[in-house]
Amino acid sequence: MYLLAAEGGESTHNPIIPIWQEIVVGGIAFILLCIVLMKFVFPRMEQTFQARVDAIEGGIKRAEAAQAEANQLLEQYRAQLAEARTDAAKIRDDARADAEGIRQDILAKAREESDRIIAAGKEQLAAERATIVRELRTEVGTIAVDLASKIVGESLADEARRKGTVDRFLSDLESAGAR
Amino acid sequence: MFGQANVLAAGQAAFPPSVEDFYLPSILPWGAHDSYWFTKITAMVWVAVGILIIFFLATYRKPQLVPTKKQWLAESIYGFVRNNIAVDMIGHAGVRFAPYFTTLFCFVLLTNFFAIVPLFQISPNSHIAFPAFLAVISYVLFNYVGIRHHGFVKYFKNSLIPPAPWYILPLLIPIEFFSTFLVRPFSLAVRLFANMFAGHMLLLVFTLGGFAMLSANAWLAPVSVLSWVMTIALTFLEFLVICLQAYVFTVLTASYVQGALADEH
Repeated sequence: MYLLAAEGGESTHNPIIPIWQEIVVGGIAFILLCIVLMKFVFPRMEQTFQARVDAIEGGIKRAEAAQAEANQLLEQYRAQLAEARTDAAKIRDDARADAEGIRQDILAKAREESDRIIAAGKEQLAAERATIVRELRTEVGTIAVDLASKIVGESLADEARRKGTVDRFLSDLESAGAR
Repeated sequence: MFGQANVLAAGQAAFPPSVEDFYLPSILPWGAHDSYWFTKITAMVWVAVGILIIFFLATYRKPQLVPTKKQWLAESIYGFVRNNIAVDMIGHAGVRFAPYFTTLFCFVLLTNFFAIVPLFQISPNSHIAFPAFLAVISYVLFNYVGIRHHGFVKYFKNSLIPPAPWYILPLLIPIEFFSTFLVRPFSLAVRLFANMFAGHMLLLVFTLGGFAMLSANAWLAPVSVLSWVMTIALTFLEFLVICLQAYVFTVLTASYVQGALADEH
């Protein structure tokens, strides 16, 4: 067939022998493609990939930081809350203790006051009783003397004897009363 | 292309298709058969390069942290090659090769894809010049990387002397040399070229075969239809091959680089 074609005036081709013009053209075209793509496109793709990785990792890091901060704040708030609760409890306890103390104080004071009033009353009573007894004693002495002098008809001039007689009499009266 | 269309319209399809069907007349100068500077094939290479440059520059003019749909698409392509090929094969050090691998992958994928795009319908990679050039770059790349990483002597010692008993080495060293330094670029180029060549040939056979049968005998029309249905089915197969070969070319290049960087054999 090649022979026939050759005789027909056509150049024959062996497909396994490269045509040098095509190597030149293909080489130039491919090298041009390589230069453009490898210089202007794929390195920028790598950069974009890297930027994307950074962005994602940065995002994750930021999120983690925010999470940690939130957790820390939560802990802080919890601690503060617990503290406030203990404070409140303490304040309540204190107040209760204070109230009890105040009540005890007031009670003690009231008791003291009542004791004092009772004591004062008793004292007054005793004083009054003593006064009355003293007055009565003088009066009873006078009346008895008057009565005696009226009965006996004689005036006992001697003051000292009279006083001694009256006192003895009263003592006798008291001891008789006590018995 | 236009020649074929005229032939088809005239109902005198040349069957079976030959190697010459891969070598279309030149566009500038128009119709010349021995000028290769500006043909449909080279034009497609330029179109592929133009599409890729415009797409990537346009989508990545103003990259944003939260990507737009187009930016996401461009990043997915790069991310796929970077993570599933470069990093998977080479490890963390593979990231610095990811830009080249992605360029390679995109270029091979798109030029392969022209094989099934209406009006293009042939892949530049069915001409061995383009796969060969890419294979030479891969070859130079992995050797350069290996020599720079290990130093000249240690690199060749690493790649040529496998950990084997000394008496088997005289046999192993030539085999290693042959497979690593001679066959690799060749197999890399031929694998891609042959796949795209065969794919185009298959589609040609079934398409032209349908016309051939129709013009031979009108009663064969149902068989022609069957032939064209097969063409459609094979186009899907071709799509699979297109993606697979682009992936394989990139993965093998990555694997060679990994082998050159590896400390142990």
